[in-house]
Amino acid sequence: MKKKITPAKVLTYVVLTFWALTTLYPFVWVILNSFREKGMIRKDSFSIPMPGSGFTMDNYAKAMERFDFGNAYLNSLLVSVSVTIVVVIIAGLAAYGLVRYRFRLRNFLYSLIMAGMMFPVFSTIIPVFRMEAAWGIASSGNRWLSLVAVILPQIAGNLCFATIVLMGFIESVPIELEESAYVDGCNVFQVYFHIIMPAAKSSFATVAIFSFLWSYNDLFTQNFFLRVPREKTITLLLNEISSQAGVDYGLMAASVVLIVIPVLAVYVALQKHIIKGLTAGAIKG
Amino acid sequence: MDSSSNLYRRKGPLVVFLLPAFVFLLLFLYYPFIQNVINSFSDITGLGRPAEGLNDPWYANYVTLFTDPKLRTALGNTVILTVCTVVFQVGIALVLALLVDSIRVGAQVFRTLYFFPIVISATALGLMFNLIFLYNGGMLNQLLLNLGWITENIDWKNTDHFMFTMLSPVMWQYVGFYFVILVTGLNNISEDLYEAAALDGCTGMNRVRYITLPLLRNVLCTCLVLAITGALKVFDLPWVMFGAGMPQDQGWLTGTYMYDQTFNRGNVDYGSAIAMLIVVLGVVLSNVANRVFKPRHDM
Repeated sequence: MKKKITPAKVLTYVVLTFWALTTLYPFVWVILNSFREKGMIRKDSFSIPMPGSGFTMDNYAKAMERFDFGNAYLNSLLVSVSVTIVVVIIAGLAAYGLVRYRFRLRNFLYSLIMAGMMFPVFSTIIPVFRMEAAWGIASSGNRWLSLVAVILPQIAGNLCFATIVLMGFIESVPIELEESAYVDGCNVFQVYFHIIMPAAKSSFATVAIFSFLWSYNDLFTQNFFLRVPREKTITLLLNEISSQAGVDYGLMAASVVLIVIPVLAVYVALQKHIIKGLTAGAIKG
Repeated sequence: MDSSSNLYRRKGPLVVFLLPAFVFLLLFLYYPFIQNVINSFSDITGLGRPAEGLNDPWYANYVTLFTDPKLRTALGNTVILTVCTVVFQVGIALVLALLVDSIRVGAQVFRTLYFFPIVISATALGLMFNLIFLYNGGMLNQLLLNLGWITENIDWKNTDHFMFTMLSPVMWQYVGFYFVILVTGLNNISEDLYEAAALDGCTGMNRVRYITLPLLRNVLCTCLVLAITGALKVFDLPWVMFGAGMPQDQGWLTGTYMYDQTFNRGNVDYGSAIAMLIVVLGVVLSNVANRVFKPRHDM
């Protein structure tokens, strides 16, 4: 390994660091201001709030006191974890079937999935709501059924994207591996679980992360199905806060931090696995 | 490559592979979507209300599509958004991915940081950017004043600046998304290839030009399709920041305009027609993208 410092290398790091700052600084700014006394944000939002000169925990005390964060986290996690698990299983199977089999309806089914990605959720939500109300799961007043009513359309909403991405990666798995496994006596399902899934591990991880995040962050579907306070998820809670906080920017900043920090903690913890998945999944050509 | 290999000659297992996914698709996407098509020809005056027969003439909403000036604004803005998405999001992501792929020290840190904004919900980001673009005491105005680049506060949401204020958070948020997909793709390129190329004297920019980019073509194509369809559906961040078409009906996007028509004005049938337009545009544009950057299956 060479250790020479070249101008190109310096430039690389400058560019990379610059973009890293743009992703990091806004959060730092919000965190700083969540500790600032009321009214100070408008005057001076860049200094570091110190005890005695504008530092306060009031914003957090107010946020915790007025809103039920714990319950909202529980609801959000239940919804997002279920969506992620189902999407990864179903999309993986479908992607494999579509990539490796040649059959008459193949192109048609593929276009169904492609077109499915274009449907804005606004265009399907009203009929879905009516359908689920007829089944008795939407607006039933039961917290768990309401969460299921959110989970089902969210699975469908993430499915197309997940399938397309997985297809792209499964395509690049060398088919010779599967052939030789077949010659050794594996059936298709064994090939899928023992060859395809390990080889495309990184893309399965990628798809899982995105399904989780999109489900967790989705405002629209959740807003539509979850109306009762104890059903509220974290995104809905934040939406509620933003309409109630008015010009109390300190409260807003504190709420943003309370909602962002746990997600970031989970993300940073999981990130190691993603990276591992990314590198371990590299296919030896 | 002989695609009809022995392993895949028996089609029986296909049912197990495809059935669950397509049951979900049919029940929760296609059935509701067909309902939506019917709605777009019907006369519906409120959200919870049943259709009161067909429109007169039945294609009335589609005539309105061509004459509605607000929709024209929304389409124009959405086209700008789509172009910016493809150029900046995918472009910046590609540059960053190539750069990160070329270094060893700190690569992991950059990967972690770039993905940061996507983890956060658009609601939280919208709130954060509202604080940043605040007229009186927002981060940007304070920063520019302190640097002496401006002498008085800029109204970032007025007709001169709203485009920048609306687009830059959307761009910024999703760069990390395409970055991750591209980095995954780069990781799938075998190290042996690079070593072989290096033996032939192919390094640096040439390596990118002749090895990396061609091998990344499938993944890039996926990114393009995702970027285009994603741009047409952008909703929550502009909605949280701008609400209904601010400023002065100039800030509409197809997503926000459709939502407003359906849920705020109870114009459910017209909203359904706009949804149709979004779907058609998405199919056409991504087909064009696919054709131009035709993925190659022979690699």
